[in-house]
Amino acid sequence: MTATLTRLPAADTLRVATSGSVDDGKSTLIGRLLYDTKAILADQLAAVARDTSRRGGEGLDLALLTDGLTAEREQGITIDVAYRYFATPRRRFILADTPGHEQYTRNMVTGASQADLAILLVDARHGVVAQTRRHAALVSLLRIPHVTLAVNKMDLVGFDRAVFERVRDEFAALTHSLGFEGVTTIPVSALEGDMVVDRGTRMGWYTGPTLLELLETASTARAALGPFRYPVQLVSRSRYGERADSRGYFGRVENGAVAVGDRVCVWPSGVTAQVAQIVTLDGTLETAGAGRSISLILDRQLDVARGDLITHAGDAPYVTDAFGARLAWLSATPLDPRRTYLVKHGTAVTKARIAAIEDRLDIHTLHPVPGETPLAANDIGRVRIKAARALPLDRYADVRATGSFLLIDEATLATVAAGLIEDLPRG
Amino acid sequence: MSVLSHLDALESESIHILREVVAEARNPALLFSGGKDSIVMLRLAEKAFRPDRFPFPLLHIDTEHNFDEVIAFRDKRAAELDEKLVVRSVADSIRTGRVVLRRPDESRNVHQSVTLLDAIQEFQFDALFGGARRDEEKARAKERVISHRNEFGQWDPRNQRPELWNLYNARVASGEHLRVFPISNWTELDVWQYIRRENLAVPSIYFAHERLVVERNGLLAPVTALTPPRAGELAVQRSVRFRTVGDITCTCPVLSDAANVDAIIAETAVTTVTERGATRMDDQTSEASMELRKKEGYF
Repeated sequence: MTATLTRLPAADTLRVATSGSVDDGKSTLIGRLLYDTKAILADQLAAVARDTSRRGGEGLDLALLTDGLTAEREQGITIDVAYRYFATPRRRFILADTPGHEQYTRNMVTGASQADLAILLVDARHGVVAQTRRHAALVSLLRIPHVTLAVNKMDLVGFDRAVFERVRDEFAALTHSLGFEGVTTIPVSALEGDMVVDRGTRMGWYTGPTLLELLETASTARAALGPFRYPVQLVSRSRYGERADSRGYFGRVENGAVAVGDRVCVWPSGVTAQVAQIVTLDGTLETAGAGRSISLILDRQLDVARGDLITHAGDAPYVTDAFGARLAWLSATPLDPRRTYLVKHGTAVTKARIAAIEDRLDIHTLHPVPGETPLAANDIGRVRIKAARALPLDRYADVRATGSFLLIDEATLATVAAGLIEDLPRG
Repeated sequence: MSVLSHLDALESESIHILREVVAEARNPALLFSGGKDSIVMLRLAEKAFRPDRFPFPLLHIDTEHNFDEVIAFRDKRAAELDEKLVVRSVADSIRTGRVVLRRPDESRNVHQSVTLLDAIQEFQFDALFGGARRDEEKARAKERVISHRNEFGQWDPRNQRPELWNLYNARVASGEHLRVFPISNWTELDVWQYIRRENLAVPSIYFAHERLVVERNGLLAPVTALTPPRAGELAVQRSVRFRTVGDITCTCPVLSDAANVDAIIAETAVTTVTERGATRMDDQTSEASMELRKKEGYF
């Protein structure tokens, strides 16, 4: 494979997140993936070799490629997400190398929330541990489309098939209760390279795909289907065309697609209009699909502002100020039911209170434990939320973009929780 | 509905980020140096906000160690766009005693941080857009799209805000500010492909030209009035181009015959050295030099 082939981007992009417990070898696995696909350049390699020997090691410590922070190198752990970019002739990849340490779970959620595919790593010697369960629960919660279990450090268990199968079965029992479908399990040695890019010669008993083969073939279709969802980001101050009242509403199609002539509805007001034009700097479009940033021009003057959501008239969201959601609590300061928080949903921001805490996930059994205990760092729990005004919502399972929200601490302005909408009133 | 091409997807993501931050910030600015990444940033700002004027001024922190071609390009581009350009100079910070040099000819690159933070204070900016990319450097690879800075302008890499889905929290307390990187997910190759697609002009020193250089620490250092050959160094004429343009005292060209954007793309696709590895002396002083500078307020 030549360098030209490896770095000219292919058409589509797969976003991948790695996760797993400390010392499972995530950074080494990413280093291996980059090294064996020739995505590491000469000066980076020289720097890794220099840093490895400075630390008293020999050869290449591939983890030093992504552990870019001083504290990470000092402690030999990953603290925050590192993003790496590489391409094969088949596709382009954005890799989020996320931390395994429980203290930095918020950074794992950061890397995973945008992923098409999650690689969960376990150490073949230890099998499934508490942090594997936590990460599996988060991956399940975020509904990442593809999940791969990489059973790493096969070199340390003599490339033994029985060890691999034991870990695979243990994980299958776990994921069964989380409702995963179609997990692919691969035995790998990140340190020595077996089954990452090259098959190696020591695990002939494994006939499934290598990790790279899997990454190259996983599907990336997201958000293109389903209802049209368009959160209004800004209202243009200029007028478009000849009509005195034609305002442009800047935004991005977050889900589905829109076409000129479509009947649309603006939420939460519920007023309707027709799409007159779809404008970009490069000219007008007849249709715009998920992911495209545009200006939308309607056929009549309406009171539309940032924070409003435009949908098709026949495809309404739930407009409500009370809903049930799952929270992944990401802050060191626990949830305080006496306080109000800011909800950021789409482009809307409003105050909200946690009206009730219903349960909390037990990370060892993965069963919900009922009770009012406030959620603390890294907890996942079900709550009921009362917002200061009605928001146009979908269930996360139906539409990711309008089914998710942030909770922001009003005092520190920090993002304290990731929210996934589950329970909406009927009718 | 067809899937967006990879450049369309990158462009749309960047426009979305620009618009989100403009909507939530009180007083943003866009850093424009005249370099290729900030040229792309200006194009993205046009895509995000035209037919309106830009809802922010352009800001350049001028080390006065810049290449003349780049400064001329900077002024021309701002005028063409009919947008406001604010320039603050490291030389002024030196004159007022805010920056003290150990040697008169040392690189002013690191001192930009002081001038930048002073400009942020002067104008009360609460969000600064920059053209940094995660593929440039390992500390940059760790940075959020929206990066929070405390009242001293410092980055705390161990305590960054989680960034979830496409929901950005651009809120900031008084005195603090945000550094925003809408092209985080772009690579050097993406930038050049976009420059070709959008037919964007870039300063001439990005293209191959004959220039006097000396070999130093495995790099080619340009011979200029500010950077004369050192004792024992032999100045030679070479066909070179710059992959990055910055402070003359620490920015090096690479050997190249690439006279147009297509040729640059072809070269970028097969290079065996990273953009910064080939060009920046200041990154080679320690394995954490970028991180240390960023913690002190560097972009």
